[in-house]
Amino acid sequence: MSASAATIEGGRARGVGASAWARRNLWTIGLLGLLVLLIVFTKLIQPSYGAGGVQSLAIAVLPLGFAAVAQAIVVIAGGIDLSVGSMMALTSVITATLMQGQSDVFGVGVVIGVMLLGLLLGAINGGLVVLTRVPDIIVTLAMLFVWAGFALIVRAAPGGQASPWLMTIVNGKFFSEWVPKAGLVLLIVVAVVWIPLSRSKIGLSIYAIGSNQLAAFRSGIAIGPTKVIAYAFAGLFAAIGGLSLTASTGIGTPVPGPYTLESVAAVVLGGVSLAGGRGGVFGPIVAVVTLQLIQTDMTFLNVNSNLAIVAQGVILIGVLVLGSVLEMRRERA
Amino acid sequence: MSAIADTSHWRSTGAWRTLFRDQPTVPLVGLLALLVVAIEIAEPGIVGPAWVGVIVRAAIPLAILAGCQTLTMLTGGIDLSVAAIGSMAGFVTATLIHSPGGAVQGVVVVLIVAALAGAVTGVGVGVFRVHPLIMTLGMSFVVLGLSNVWQLQTVQTGAGVPPQLRTLGSGGFLEVFPYSLVVFVPLTLLILFGLRRTGYGRLLYAIGDNPIAARLSGARSWQVLVVLYVISAVLAAIAGLLVSGLSNTASVSLVDGYLLSSVAAAVIGGTSIFGGRGGFGGTIVGSLILTVLNALLIVVGLPEPSRQVVFGGIIVIVAAAYTRVTAES
Repeated sequence: MSASAATIEGGRARGVGASAWARRNLWTIGLLGLLVLLIVFTKLIQPSYGAGGVQSLAIAVLPLGFAAVAQAIVVIAGGIDLSVGSMMALTSVITATLMQGQSDVFGVGVVIGVMLLGLLLGAINGGLVVLTRVPDIIVTLAMLFVWAGFALIVRAAPGGQASPWLMTIVNGKFFSEWVPKAGLVLLIVVAVVWIPLSRSKIGLSIYAIGSNQLAAFRSGIAIGPTKVIAYAFAGLFAAIGGLSLTASTGIGTPVPGPYTLESVAAVVLGGVSLAGGRGGVFGPIVAVVTLQLIQTDMTFLNVNSNLAIVAQGVILIGVLVLGSVLEMRRERA
Repeated sequence: MSAIADTSHWRSTGAWRTLFRDQPTVPLVGLLALLVVAIEIAEPGIVGPAWVGVIVRAAIPLAILAGCQTLTMLTGGIDLSVAAIGSMAGFVTATLIHSPGGAVQGVVVVLIVAALAGAVTGVGVGVFRVHPLIMTLGMSFVVLGLSNVWQLQTVQTGAGVPPQLRTLGSGGFLEVFPYSLVVFVPLTLLILFGLRRTGYGRLLYAIGDNPIAARLSGARSWQVLVVLYVISAVLAAIAGLLVSGLSNTASVSLVDGYLLSSVAAAVIGGTSIFGGRGGFGGTIVGSLILTVLNALLIVVGLPEPSRQVVFGGIIVIVAAAYTRVTAES
């Protein structure tokens, strides 16, 4: 995999000037280039694509964007979280159920409470991984059943009601028609949490344990607590993803969407190495937007909508094969 | 495993540890027996020949799918495309029931399609070194999408699960011996023999244990991996056919519910997800454990959501206990 070309963010030695920055973010920049090409292509095949299209794109991207960020943090720490989708379903139904018929103030309390709950759910996942020493993929696979079960216990069928103010946060535009609120929310929330985190000692530790656990241990990093923190942040972002699901649909749905596996796909496309220690969270977000836009384009082209999912699979495989071929060339050179 | 300070304690548990590590099926069979006793206590009289038949019939497709996971995990991989391929197999066979060749033609077609999908996966993993998790995930998207397209193409023609498959999947001799054993027993013998007695089987362990050492010893790992993913896809298709026969339905998402259980069954059965350790025997017991556990939770009267919670919790506990017992000390 071309992970060595991937971005390495965080408190690393700052390279000098723009070229060093570009080299570190090569993968994300390449992905952005692909996205720009795709936007041009979209405009060509559908000249009327404009502000309205951007709006619906942003709304569609929002939950998966948060899911991808959640997944990225855990994968950077050298793990994987298969329970992201279930945590989103659980937090979404809790939000919609508690907010139903309540005042705005109570709704604010619910939002804060659900975010704390997300931290707790994630910490439980991480704690189990650390305590049981069972591989991450197995523990979170089992927790997928647990959180999804709880979601169904809270509410057996889709329902509930989101507070009106929560829905206005993500639906609609911000001043210009071209700036959808959903996009702003995604960027601001991720930036507010991720940038300070990745520049902090904890962020560096997360990269360190993902990169080389033994070396991290020898450098005095507490592996267990760091891993729990990484999972807790993943839980937080999954909870925010659940909130955004409720905010954009107005209700809570107990059955997890396809977010878990799609988030893994987005993370890898976004330049995060599954081996851990490499990548950032903005690459995955660009990957999510790209995947969503491809789906939109296929509807414009009147392609059978089922082929969209085929295209997604082919792109996922194709990009990674390309990355791997480039990597092998470099090794031989 | 942490150092054990008390040596006398070590001596008493050491033998057990060695036994469990070398014969991982022993404690698993114990757990299975425990679950059977529990279900008999929960509902006296339920355990009998007919009940065993029902459990075995339900466990067979799961065991085959878990076999796909076991084989791929031995090399340090995983196969997330088994559900999509299995569903495709059941579904496409059902749509071909009115074709000139009938059900036989359908089965042959889906096995070939599955083998092709597996070969592509194998090339991706073996030649281009794409992470198996991602490669099989991408392949599952491709197969699912194409199955959907096929569904739209064939929506006019009639479809139904062929009667032969229904008999094979859900029938049984005297209601005790499910006919699916006719498929399962030879497959099991083949896999067990292949893993233990053939060079190919040893290569799977070697690649999973230490890929570099395997390469330096002359193993062409890409060829091994291509064959492996073809085998896995064909097994998944066979399991999918049995599931559609068992449930008498065919849809493009029929087998989806089995995917995560198949990974869990392989892990509970003692196969290491990091590769190089495990076997199919444990996986079969793991599949039986999950099936009996599910039956127990139903008998106890837990509603579906709570059942999921308990199911997940027990997977963690068993896996944790297992890791503790068998960890290298």
